[in-house]
Amino acid sequence: MLMRFYQSSRHILIHVFLLWLISTPLQAALDIEIFGGGTTQIPIAIVPFAGEEKLKQGITAVVAADLQRSGLFRLVDSSGPVLRDPRQIVYPDWKNRGAAALVIGSTVTLPDGQVEVSFYLMDVAKQVQLADYTMIVPADRLRAAAHQIADIIYERLTGDVGVFSTRIAYVVKQGNKYALQVADADGFNAQSIIEYSEPIISPAWSPDGTQIAYVSFENKKPIVYVQTLATRARKAVANFKGSNSAPAWSPDGKKLAVVLSLQGGSQIFLVNADGSGLQRFSQSSGIDTEPNFSPDGQSIIFTSDRGGSPQIYRMPVTGTASGTAERLTFEGSYNVSPHYSRDGKSFTFIHRSGARFNVAVQDLATRQVQLLTDSRFDESPSPAPNDKMILYATEVKGRGILAVVSSDGKTRQELSMQAGDIREPAWGPLLKVR
Amino acid sequence: MKKVISVLLIGLLSACASQTTQPTAVEDKSAAQAAAAAAAVANPNLNPILRDPNNILSKRSVYYDYDSFVVKNEYRPLVQAHAQYLRDNAGARVLLQGNADERGSREYNLALGQKRADSVKNALTLSGAKDSQIEAVSLGEEKPRATGHDEASWAENRRTDIRYQGE
Repeated sequence: MLMRFYQSSRHILIHVFLLWLISTPLQAALDIEIFGGGTTQIPIAIVPFAGEEKLKQGITAVVAADLQRSGLFRLVDSSGPVLRDPRQIVYPDWKNRGAAALVIGSTVTLPDGQVEVSFYLMDVAKQVQLADYTMIVPADRLRAAAHQIADIIYERLTGDVGVFSTRIAYVVKQGNKYALQVADADGFNAQSIIEYSEPIISPAWSPDGTQIAYVSFENKKPIVYVQTLATRARKAVANFKGSNSAPAWSPDGKKLAVVLSLQGGSQIFLVNADGSGLQRFSQSSGIDTEPNFSPDGQSIIFTSDRGGSPQIYRMPVTGTASGTAERLTFEGSYNVSPHYSRDGKSFTFIHRSGARFNVAVQDLATRQVQLLTDSRFDESPSPAPNDKMILYATEVKGRGILAVVSSDGKTRQELSMQAGDIREPAWGPLLKVR
Repeated sequence: MKKVISVLLIGLLSACASQTTQPTAVEDKSAAQAAAAAAAVANPNLNPILRDPNNILSKRSVYYDYDSFVVKNEYRPLVQAHAQYLRDNAGARVLLQGNADERGSREYNLALGQKRADSVKNALTLSGAKDSQIEAVSLGEEKPRATGHDEASWAENRRTDIRYQGE
């Protein structure tokens, strides 16, 4: 039956021993489909959670959207009776539907108003349980619970860390108002951190996720502020004569790289997170901007026009080679906005070809470049904390929106968010280790 | 000896900070609207000559060719008139705001706008204005005067504006 299903599809079925679970004695072996370009997508069925129709916020749709957006999962038809218990599962049925993994779950509202959410993750081929989990959450935290479930499923099935419980920051322009907002990684649950009648750009998360650095134009020129999310307290960390912009945190959170016009041109400086101890970092006669630290803190990649067109360069932060910039991009006449991958092995950036601005990734070892998008005006790529997705700003019908592309470029999805012109996304860090 | 590229600037910076021009707050208006609103309100500290439509000093914008930062010859009289005014009025301060069109990276465009503001600053200082009278900053693509997405709008936004303290 299983073979007949796959023969009828145009996908090639192979068996992959996907991961060896360390945390449980179970070892999972899943049937993985390989699509044309080499993408592996795990076919997963998520049965609607029992009882969720009585809640203001369902679980199933959030989990499904998270997994699908990652590009690593393909949703399999899960219609049919509600399942509460693994003993109710008729495995041949799910095999016939092509599911390699199956999620069932239930929700129960407790007398105190909190909701008990339980789920089971099953390996359909082996008919074994890969995970089961029960959590009790306040009724207004059901989306967060759903993201946590998606993280657990993602981690069990891919062996990689899930990022669905992380947050993103971005700027919304609505009319003449600008708001720096923080939302869940799927764009929901947005909250304004600060609102102005003047532009805000370049939000950057501190490594511990408690602060955001950004550039505000409220005082007729760009000034770099650091704002603490919990208290809303903020401090100008770069407010020197001329322009102050492009903040980037060092991995230890102690320093910021900023771009100042203080000594002529636009040059990269390092400053302590409290605004003290300014040091010049780059030395060129033109533009050096958009600094971004390597995850080990040893080097900074940045955009410079020192070679006649904007290209991406790398310079060590310390050591004997400091001061020597190495050019990294050579294809095309416009490569900007570099961001290291979290593993430090590649960087994402914006590449212009013709009149199009697209998200690209370059491997640091092989120098191989891959274009991930084909839209017209993509900006500000920001990698997920597990490097499997990249958040970026793009434009649809003249309106700025956010979108997510999988790191192989195969899966792209726009984040559905409120009205307004949305831009300058920054994906926040992974905050807790489960 | 370890090669040190960093330059410590604390003293210099605090000096600069005190020189930073801080014109009074203008809320929620484009630069053009703000200028018009400021003109409508009599500012006792502002020399009326700067607002006289018959005086070249009322002209405040320098435009650029695509991907260029050169102050074109047609703007030389304008820049020289402002340099003369700054020479004659040692207490006068100007904020030069460079702008860029919307295409491409916001931060890179901010740096491009800075090049434009710097070009006017250089022209002013070469004509005798003091460095301490001038602050060159960039608004990048963030404050477009023309909001269209065509060449005419982009040309309008490749610009440096001269704003006097008090405006």
